[in-house]
Amino acid sequence: MPFKRYVEIGRVALVNYGKDYGKLVVIVDVIDQNRALVDAPDMVRGQMNFKRLTLTDIKIDIKRVPNKKTLVAALEAADVKNKWESSSWGRKLIVQKKRASLNDFDRFKIMLAKIKKAGVVRQELSKLKKETTC
Amino acid sequence: MQKTMAPKDRKPHVSRNPDLIRGVGKYSRSKMYHKRGLWAIKAKNGGTFPKHEKKAAEAAPAEKPPKFYPADDVKKPLVNKRKARPTKLRASITPGTVLIILAGRFKGKRVVFLKQLTSGLLLVTGPFKINGVPLRRVNQSYVIATSTKVDISGVNVEKFDDKYFGKKVEKKKKKGEGEFFEAEKEEKNTLPQDKKDDQKTVDAALIASIEAVPDLKSYLGARFSLKAGMKPHELVF
Repeated sequence: MPFKRYVEIGRVALVNYGKDYGKLVVIVDVIDQNRALVDAPDMVRGQMNFKRLTLTDIKIDIKRVPNKKTLVAALEAADVKNKWESSSWGRKLIVQKKRASLNDFDRFKIMLAKIKKAGVVRQELSKLKKETTC
Repeated sequence: MQKTMAPKDRKPHVSRNPDLIRGVGKYSRSKMYHKRGLWAIKAKNGGTFPKHEKKAAEAAPAEKPPKFYPADDVKKPLVNKRKARPTKLRASITPGTVLIILAGRFKGKRVVFLKQLTSGLLLVTGPFKINGVPLRRVNQSYVIATSTKVDISGVNVEKFDDKYFGKKVEKKKKKGEGEFFEAEKEEKNTLPQDKKDDQKTVDAALIASIEAVPDLKSYLGARFSLKAGMKPHELVF
């Protein structure tokens, strides 16, 4: 019931609306009740409404409004990229992107693989069924 | 020297009168007369410009007065300088692309694109052994281009053109009613052997390069269909 993820300086957030949709950004300062100053290695530091951000579990150690260099160094030190990509949320996003970019041929190959896998599973299941009923 | 060469070899002449502004030249008429050396040409020819005699105009063939004069003025149609050329081919369609046919007898079939014919239609083949689609023409509008490409370098498609696919003109037969129907039926059903051979030669090279890619053969043999949850505008082909 209590909140676990807080808006604080160094909180990593995911942008869920607008031009930078899908990017990971760091909250670098709080402007007022509704807006934060936000920065990422590949964008110009700018303001964003909190409604456009979804907070993540990741937090990095920075002072208020660091230089780009310091920010990038802090991101490397905290290994944000790997932490994100190994988290279940990050992995889900990667899978969604992969599925969206699939070719018609890729979809066909996946269909064949699914059928094969289901066949193997069904065989094992029937083996187990035989053992228990007899 | 220059005039002895074929007249087309001359370079286009640059003006000796540079523009101060568009429409206004630097030199006046009299200055230009001197620059161009017209005085020298005149002097060489004894005071006048060289002339050549006009060719006697050939008498135009005698025209009969027209039989019909329209009551009101007839409008002349506007000049049309457009040239007929084959339909612009989508950038995603290159020789060797796998296409999905959307309409007709082979709808849903995945097929290999060979070349665009002069009429604008696309020449396409199954290959026949894989999915039953022969060498065939298909309109670009009824086709989805996938991003899958097949190596088509071993295939020679020079000899195929629109005439190859045109309907055969039959010799006119004299009307003999009893024999009429039977004779016609026999001729229409069989494909000429040379067309079958063409299909085989084209497909032989293709099938070799298709079998090099795993699963591609069964992919081409399967039909495409939309399943639940597939949104065509979001699918990447």
